[in-house]
Amino acid sequence: MLRGKFKKTETLPAGEDFPESAFPTGGIPDTGKKNGKNRSRKEIPGGLFRKCDACRKILYEEDIRENWYCCPECGKNFRIDPWTRIRMLTDKGSFEEWDRELAGDDPLAFPGYEEKLQSTRERTGLTEAVVTGKASIRGSRTALGVMSPDFIMGSMGTAVGEKITRMVERATAERLPVILFCCSGGARMQEGIFSLMQMAKTSQALKRHDEAGLLYVSVLTDPTTGGVTASFAMLGDVILAEPGALIGFAGARVIRQTIGQKLPEGFQSAEFLQKHGFVDRIVRREQMRTTLGVLLQSCACR
Amino acid sequence: MEQKTEQVRTTWDRVQTAREEKRPHASDYIAKIFDGFMELRGDRLFGDDRAVIGGIAGIGKRYVTVIGQQKGRSAKENRHRNFGMMKPEGYRKALRLMKQADKFGRPVILFIDTPGAFCGVDAEERGQGEAIARNLFEMAGLRVPVLAIVIGEGGSGGALALGVANEVWMLENSIYSVLSPEGFAAILWKDGKRVEEAAEVMKITADELCEAGIVEKVIPEPEAADREHMDDLAGYIKQEILNFLGRYDAMTPEEILNQRYERFRRMAVPGSV
Repeated sequence: MLRGKFKKTETLPAGEDFPESAFPTGGIPDTGKKNGKNRSRKEIPGGLFRKCDACRKILYEEDIRENWYCCPECGKNFRIDPWTRIRMLTDKGSFEEWDRELAGDDPLAFPGYEEKLQSTRERTGLTEAVVTGKASIRGSRTALGVMSPDFIMGSMGTAVGEKITRMVERATAERLPVILFCCSGGARMQEGIFSLMQMAKTSQALKRHDEAGLLYVSVLTDPTTGGVTASFAMLGDVILAEPGALIGFAGARVIRQTIGQKLPEGFQSAEFLQKHGFVDRIVRREQMRTTLGVLLQSCACR
Repeated sequence: MEQKTEQVRTTWDRVQTAREEKRPHASDYIAKIFDGFMELRGDRLFGDDRAVIGGIAGIGKRYVTVIGQQKGRSAKENRHRNFGMMKPEGYRKALRLMKQADKFGRPVILFIDTPGAFCGVDAEERGQGEAIARNLFEMAGLRVPVLAIVIGEGGSGGALALGVANEVWMLENSIYSVLSPEGFAAILWKDGKRVEEAAEVMKITADELCEAGIVEKVIPEPEAADREHMDDLAGYIKQEILNFLGRYDAMTPEEILNQRYERFRRMAVPGSV
């Protein structure tokens, strides 16, 4: 049913069919509780139904779950929390989290920021906007980072920059590839210049990883913007994207307002970036594990 | 009013000073500090971004590569220079010149002065994000000493893309920020008028950033920099650049690389490194 909607997305020539049941549940806690502010707006009480924000159809939550958290009607890829992503991708029980306790603080003493961090932590069950660790995907070992769209827009402050840097440095030391699922509104404004510096810090760690001859795959999911686009998101040896993901440096609204330019159709979509040469492949969720597995194997030859 | 600008300068005062028209631009510093400058143009891929100039310059009997974000003064000049807002081809030109400097062992001196990277459809189509990211990544691999001096506005990723240096200095009345105070107020408070308050809370002045360990040196401006009277200021900066070059002469390329890596590595959650 979906196939017709994504004609441009070729399937991998190599690789087997997805070999496991759709959602192998490891021993990983499901922290993606459906009680967040953002979610409750879209959901009818009880969490049984959800309205697709693309095609406006009312959908069963269960149908969405079974369809890789994509709209069964229009194929829209809904945003998902890191632990759901990790369950979908990794070999059962293989994920080992790194730096779970590393949390940010409030370097600007910005009014209300401490409280915001605290309430976000309670709501999401996450300490920061990225989960990092080590896993295996179809038998290949890799460092894996997954950003959270629910944690202050997945924005990058000092803790996010530090966790990603540590993951990359440890991967370099242990000779592991890095896979990073990007999802971010950009630099975290509440941490000011300290957030900006994380762009340089993460990029230089990736430079050393690269010089060690190791694979880095960045996967751009909805949304990937600002300072994250202008650092690690665009530095993959291979850059993958999810269908329809918003990817860009400057926000469309900013461009429209400051420049007064009309924006072309599909501007800053994954498909737009691929057309302009910045994305290797657009990969549907049910193909992601296979795609990453093939990439990991193909780059483990030396 | 005069007393205020002389003695108690608010951050917002400094923002306005940093943007003043009489303030020297990159080309002014290049003309005053260096013995000759040969401009080299183009990114070899798309075009030549006039919001940034770069080339080979002489200082103290040696050659260096100099790159500077270039604002204009008149409306016409600013159109030509795009207000110092670089496009992807500008970042790629800068990177080409830095890699050339690396190849021939020339130190790199960068002048930062931009409201930010250009926001537009063409910049997005040509990969503004990728261009900035590539500079951060490749600058981490330069084996020559790199010095960046913020002379006016250090606007966000557009400034950082020329800022992965062994040392970053700021003029006393320059600013360096994650976003303009206007943008910051609009995003966080949905109120673009609270700019003065935003400027205060953001920590964007040279003194604040030096204290926070983001920059190494504040270049004093006894009087706010003025291109008509900049000989003393340029002379001071020249001497400081010569001292910088002398300090790095004794270091091996590996030591220079590692020092730059550790400089940014320290910028973390307090106590976590």
